[in-house]
Amino acid sequence: MSRFDWLSEYLARLDDDHLIARHGDTRVLAPAHRLELDAEDWGPAGRIAAAMGLRHAGVWADPLGPDPMQRGAENGTEIEGPAIRVQACLEQGGDYLILHTLVPQTRPVLGSHTPAYPGVDRLERHAQDLTGVRFLRHPDERRWTRHQAWSADEHPLRQDFPIDGRREGRTPADVDYPFTRIQGSGVYEIPVGPVHAGIIEPGHFRFQAAGEDVLRLEERLGYVHRGIEKLAVGRDPQSLMRLAGRVSGDSTVAHAWAAAQAMERAAGCEPPPRATSLRAILAERERIANHLGDIGAICNDVGFAFAHVQCARLREQWQRRSAALFGHRLMMNTLVPGGVAQDLSETAFRELRLDHAALHKAIEPLFDIVDDHPSLDDRLIGTGILAHADARALGCTGYVGKASGLTFDVRRDSPYAPYDQVTVDSPEETAGDVAARVRVRMKEVRASLWMLDRLLDALPEGEIAAPFALPEEGAMGLGLIEGWRGEILCFVRFASEGRIARYFPRDPSWFTWPALERLIHGNIVPDFPVCNKSVNGSYAGVDL
Amino acid sequence: MFRILKQSFRTGVVTEAVPVHDDAELERLGIEVRRQIDARFGGSLAIRQVDAGSCNGCELEIHALNNPFYDVERFGIHFVASPRHADALLVTGPVSRHMETALRRTWRATPSPKFVIAAGICACDGGEIGVSYASCGAVENVIPVDIKIPGCPLTPLDLLTGLLGALASDDDKR
Ligand code: SF4
Repeated sequence: MSRFDWLSEYLARLDDDHLIARHGDTRVLAPAHRLELDAEDWGPAGRIAAAMGLRHAGVWADPLGPDPMQRGAENGTEIEGPAIRVQACLEQGGDYLILHTLVPQTRPVLGSHTPAYPGVDRLERHAQDLTGVRFLRHPDERRWTRHQAWSADEHPLRQDFPIDGRREGRTPADVDYPFTRIQGSGVYEIPVGPVHAGIIEPGHFRFQAAGEDVLRLEERLGYVHRGIEKLAVGRDPQSLMRLAGRVSGDSTVAHAWAAAQAMERAAGCEPPPRATSLRAILAERERIANHLGDIGAICNDVGFAFAHVQCARLREQWQRRSAALFGHRLMMNTLVPGGVAQDLSETAFRELRLDHAALHKAIEPLFDIVDDHPSLDDRLIGTGILAHADARALGCTGYVGKASGLTFDVRRDSPYAPYDQVTVDSPEETAGDVAARVRVRMKEVRASLWMLDRLLDALPEGEIAAPFALPEEGAMGLGLIEGWRGEILCFVRFASEGRIARYFPRDPSWFTWPALERLIHGNIVPDFPVCNKSVNGSYAGVDL
Repeated sequence: MFRILKQSFRTGVVTEAVPVHDDAELERLGIEVRRQIDARFGGSLAIRQVDAGSCNGCELEIHALNNPFYDVERFGIHFVASPRHADALLVTGPVSRHMETALRRTWRATPSPKFVIAAGICACDGGEIGVSYASCGAVENVIPVDIKIPGCPLTPLDLLTGLLGALASDDDKR
């Protein structure tokens, strides 16, 4: 599958700069390649990757104990005592490369990738807050995920930190976070949140505005940090699936699939074809439900209630069918390690087909109106433009990337079963505005509907789950799934007896939240809700 | 405009009848809600929803209450933007420690007599997350809770049944 025409060039460029990449291997985190670097080469390796135009798909730290078994398959640099392994993922043309390095827990310092890749800013700060790895030359020294629940010298993901923390008394509000300020006559500040006006997740937005124009927007997230990564430690595969399905409630299928895929790859378990097809049916249903909800909500934010009501109606019918056929309105708990929890009956099969036909019939007149209605066009066209260059620099995927001309789609560019058997259409728009994001979503709904029927046509017979043999201690796996928001990456490392040692799910929202800060520039404050909704970053998915 | 009218006309009315309490547990719950709210409120119920650490699943289902199938506004249930306008707080999620103070302040800003509903299993008992270095667990660990509506997430019907119990009390009085 892997073509990797760029890897040899990358290695050559590393070599030119006297950076040594060792233990290249294609097995441990397949389908990704894996390279080990010296800690001092970490920053420069990022710079070279950026110069080659590779996309950065995220960075995470994995605190290891002193036990060599935990260090996994690679030999590792000689380090006494506990160490932290830092890993970063790069991608181009659907080929993935994992860089990794080891730093001692007593002096965990590394060069930052942020100067070359602005999109990984918060991921590095997140790793720093949770594990204590310090990224040198990081342009933003402020903490990110850490508010006041634990102190600066405590690192919740380290092995010696107890899961229940050292809880004493109430957690104070995080009032002293140093927001960047713009000075000038007529510039004023609007603080919003963490409790917003609507039925919405908590987060804080700080606007600097002059008149109605937004000069700067700064996001402050981390309010729904629940300690997911720590809670995963010590779980068995089944219970990790339950947790993964609750990383972000609207992406429950996608996150569960990513976790399942990572664990299956670590265990060498191949889910049967019927199971992967059913998973895809669940995932496409999730995509459609969320897009329907969002298209309606975007229209509602500019006062076009008609579309909101119609979309909400269709979404509700869609969810009811999910409840009837899969036992849950959001399709939670439908995936298990090795396959899916439940098969489709013959009647369900027919109902699904009718359902698809009904939705298809219903969306056509509706999307027709949304696509071409003067009062919507007035508000959506030219609003919240995310330039192609910005989307690229930040590494946006999903509908945010696609609306700005980046068509990357894991299903098409790095296909996993069953998407290697069906044609995946990845819609492209270039305007980058709210209207373009709406158009991409409408196209995705149509494409997913079409795909659902193809998946049903070709649904293989057979088992719905393969036996899941527990992987050895130190085994690792990488999950890569196209969720409805875009690429979800998931890393799992196993401890002994099939227990989870490290779980890191990277939601696409890590890259679209910073995109929102950029695309709001020059827009008016009242357009913020619609811009925000068109991006719809997950709070829970990045606060973890 | 004609296209919109045509579509609206074709869709018709999709609201459904008030759900009946079918099992004993819901019955019990309904009666308790009725009793509680009967004592404190009349007529309509203004709700301020607070996500205190939810995965967003519960929010999706609370949103659904406003869709044309349930359309709770017809029962006098409104979601309001400020706790100062609210009779009740509808709290979801295990309370993350980072939201602890915000939730307490929202609760304090709600005028008395206030009514707190813990919505979803996380809010009721901590759910899949429970208590951790970052999570306080159930809502009642942070502010007093009047009723709990479990479910992961709770369905709109669960919520509606719970809330309608409250409004039914008003009809009884008339
Ligand atoms: S109860 Fe379930 S859906 Fe609701 S916040 Fe908790 S995990 Fe999410």
